[in-house]
Amino acid sequence: MSYATEPEGKAAQTAPEGVKGGTRPGFVRRIADSDIWYSFTRSPLTMVSAVVTAIFMLAALFAPLIAPHNPFDPASISIMDSFYPPIWEADSDPRFLLGSDDQGRDVLSTILYGMRISLAVGFASVIFAMVIGVTLGLLAGYLGGWVDSVIMRIADVQLTFPAILIALLINGVARAMAGPQSYDNVVFAVLVLSIGLSFWVQYARTVRGSVLVEANKEYVLAAKLIGLKPITIMFKHVLPNVLGPVLVIATINLALAIITEATLSFLGVGVPPTEPSLGTLIRIGNDFLFSGEWWVTIFPGITLAILALAVNLLGDWLRDALNPKLR
Amino acid sequence: MIAFAIRRLLQALGVMLVVALISFMMFRFVGDPVNQLVGVDTSPAEREALRQALGLNDPVLLQFARFVIKAAQFDFGISYQFKQPVASLIASRLPATLELSFVSALFALAVGVPMGVYTGLYRNTWLARAFLTISLIGVSLPTFLIGILLIFVVSVNLGWLPSFGRGDVVDLGGGWTTGLLTKSGLQSLILPSITLGLFQMTLIMRLVRGEMMEVLRTDYIKFARARGLSRRAINFGHALKNTLVPVITITGLQLGSIIAFAVITETVFQWPGMGLLFLQAVQNVDIPIMAAYLLLIAFLFVIINFIVDLLYVAVDPRIRLGGAAS
Amino acid sequence: MTTPTLSVRNLRVEIPTRRGVLTAIDDLSFDIAPGEVLGMVGESGAGKSITGSAIIGLLEPPGRVAGGEIRLAGERIDNVSPDQMRRIRGRRIGMIFQDPLTSLNPLYRIGDQLVETILTHERLSQKAARTKAVKLLEEVGIPAAEARFSAYPHQFSGGMRQRVVIALALCADPELVIADEPTTALDVSVQAQIIALLKRLCADRGASVMLITHDMGVIAETADRVCVLYAGRLAEIGPVRAVVKHPQHPYTQGLMAAIPSLVGDPDATLAQIPGSMPRLGAIPAGCAFNPRCNFAFEACSAARPEVYDAGTSDASCFLHASEVAPSAPAETLRAADQAGIVLPVSAKETIA
Repeated sequence: MSYATEPEGKAAQTAPEGVKGGTRPGFVRRIADSDIWYSFTRSPLTMVSAVVTAIFMLAALFAPLIAPHNPFDPASISIMDSFYPPIWEADSDPRFLLGSDDQGRDVLSTILYGMRISLAVGFASVIFAMVIGVTLGLLAGYLGGWVDSVIMRIADVQLTFPAILIALLINGVARAMAGPQSYDNVVFAVLVLSIGLSFWVQYARTVRGSVLVEANKEYVLAAKLIGLKPITIMFKHVLPNVLGPVLVIATINLALAIITEATLSFLGVGVPPTEPSLGTLIRIGNDFLFSGEWWVTIFPGITLAILALAVNLLGDWLRDALNPKLR
Repeated sequence: MIAFAIRRLLQALGVMLVVALISFMMFRFVGDPVNQLVGVDTSPAEREALRQALGLNDPVLLQFARFVIKAAQFDFGISYQFKQPVASLIASRLPATLELSFVSALFALAVGVPMGVYTGLYRNTWLARAFLTISLIGVSLPTFLIGILLIFVVSVNLGWLPSFGRGDVVDLGGGWTTGLLTKSGLQSLILPSITLGLFQMTLIMRLVRGEMMEVLRTDYIKFARARGLSRRAINFGHALKNTLVPVITITGLQLGSIIAFAVITETVFQWPGMGLLFLQAVQNVDIPIMAAYLLLIAFLFVIINFIVDLLYVAVDPRIRLGGAAS
Repeated sequence: MTTPTLSVRNLRVEIPTRRGVLTAIDDLSFDIAPGEVLGMVGESGAGKSITGSAIIGLLEPPGRVAGGEIRLAGERIDNVSPDQMRRIRGRRIGMIFQDPLTSLNPLYRIGDQLVETILTHERLSQKAARTKAVKLLEEVGIPAAEARFSAYPHQFSGGMRQRVVIALALCADPELVIADEPTTALDVSVQAQIIALLKRLCADRGASVMLITHDMGVIAETADRVCVLYAGRLAEIGPVRAVVKHPQHPYTQGLMAAIPSLVGDPDATLAQIPGSMPRLGAIPAGCAFNPRCNFAFEACSAARPEVYDAGTSDASCFLHASEVAPSAPAETLRAADQAGIVLPVSAKETIA
């Protein structure tokens, strides 16, 4: 992929949310006239995805306010309430809109809280991968030589393996290092670490490519001539120019990170059942699929599917809108 | 050509050494191997004797060399949780995984390539749009979710196909078991193969479609049209052949991914393969199995890559006759 | 008069886009007689290549023929079915594209590409087709044709590849060959050879040629007649000597004056036409050339000129319209007369 030389990449920073935050005169006008906005309004699927993503994120953010129950408050849950079906089925309970799980927790509430955790881990992993990848990419591109060789060789080797496998391995190692007792305390850090470390390569490659292009431009030469330190040049002058493509990758990676977290949790090496994410909920519910309590796993599953699909569609659209050549 | 093959082999060897180093470091420095092998009541003297016997007091480089030599002979030590040689554990699980991966890859190719060709040629038909929508879902949904949904619909609600295990298997000798020869074995393969192959299928479809559209825009296709060649000759001769060059590369690499992704599918369907073994190893911090699995996957990847390179050369005369790879 | 090999009447090609429908070719008419070489000249974007693509039925979508007629040896070919058109392509109209490096499929041996094309159009055995292919390769000047039959395109130089392309275009002995900038991508040293080869082979077969190029030198040496396009419209058409020596359209005059010459004053500044050709979305009203024309007058921006008899050639300029030209200011007419434009009698009277 060649995000590297796309000058319009910068528009990515402003387009999606820029409409409401116009401060400079003519800002809204500029957005409305831009090709990005045009392609956005011309794609109903993208608009739907944007709305769905926004709703999900808000729901996750305000879960404690809108969830009918607090699934983590032991006082409010009773094992007597377990396995109520969704309200449109027979023998349901009006308190549990989408039914209840094996411990008597409200499925709708666990989904809202679970989404919170899924999105939190997703965002944190993407930011972590971005920081690592951008830093290494800047170093590799700007310093060149053996630094470049080492970083890019590692990237090459890592790219041969699927991200999920890398994440599993890192997870296993971290588990071994932390020891079984203290593992639950660091589970979020381990998840973010393992997902983040399995996604950094794409950023590093893109940034490195852009840096190689930018480094030969006159403004960098000028910065060198007036005696700025390499580190200053990199972060203050080169970095802003490569941020556009990085943000595109980040959007696409968010969907991937959410899916990876869900997968790890489903495989039983992710978020523990006491504070479940969507993946953990699906894992828990999977045990009851055959005994008829399908709602415990299917509803979190559908939620995850819609969330992943919506974010993916947004990412896809953003990439195409910024890189017409890729289509 | 031979120089090319040798260079690729050396590169492959390099990758294997790097992965071996990572495996070795996991093995040696993550946790204490001795602690994993002995009980709590073992005396320090006994522990030290075991350390000596395992060679853990030798220089690290020597230990690494020993590790590589042993690994080359498929000796990966003893599993912490099963107290059995890792090599035999993996050997007993390998056929199940390879069979599943192979069938999945076949499914992905057999369905993905025609769908890609169709959507590339007839971009605006409703069928092409339907294929694209399906592919979008296939790319976006996590594998395990697809597996669960398939089980829910096909096994639980319809009761058509089994939802876990391999069914009846036949031993072909040498411990190689296959489910391809029994009815229940074949039935058990269907859902896991679709689950595992769906993502690759959509990927191949999108790739073929993109390449097809790209190739159809080229001058040589325009010139072929200007010469009055039939649609068939152009679409399935000239265009498809050119499309296949990059498709071979990606598909080959995807085959490697399929084997690795099998971890998830095997968990969903309780498929008794290597992936399930590896996952249990991760959950139980069974480092020898993790290290061996990593090495094995790397080895498979390297072999696949090598075959892909050779195929690539066979298809593209520019590389075959030009000497160097571009 | 014999039936022309190709007859284009009032051709109109449209390209629908996001911002409206563009008219790429507007009311274009011309003929090519049997055995004749017609040169098509004009700037990039004037519509030369689109005309060629429209004739052979290979317009890039969403471009479409929106009006007019195209006749090959008297039969209409612009409204036949795609399958019938496919049979005409290659068999009756051969086409040569600009870039020989990309015109050949890199994964097929050149011999196989030839045999495939021959077998598409003729009922021959594999062996006979192969013999014919080798003969064609020899004819276009590939040394050791038999040996190079199984070579791949990348093993050939650009000039050699263009020879193969010519062999491919001619392999079914078409009546008409459309050559779209056949030498632009080649080294200057081989350009002349390729043009000479193309001309000789077509002459041997009695094929007509439509030679699209922006190189007036090539036209002057090769073509019998020349057709000058401007912004998708015909500017001037006529015998090549007449158009080159005595251009009758102000645009053609500018074009000819802008050709560097080896004879004459080496220090003379090269003439330029002020401004640039309008984009398809912004063609001015009236004559498309009027904003850049030295001789433009009132009528030029009011109405679109038809094609008028201009003596040695035909030109689409009001200076040649006997009813309109007299309405031009006297000094404009005088200047035009000075510049060599043959004014109609009615206009001559006004300045006499």
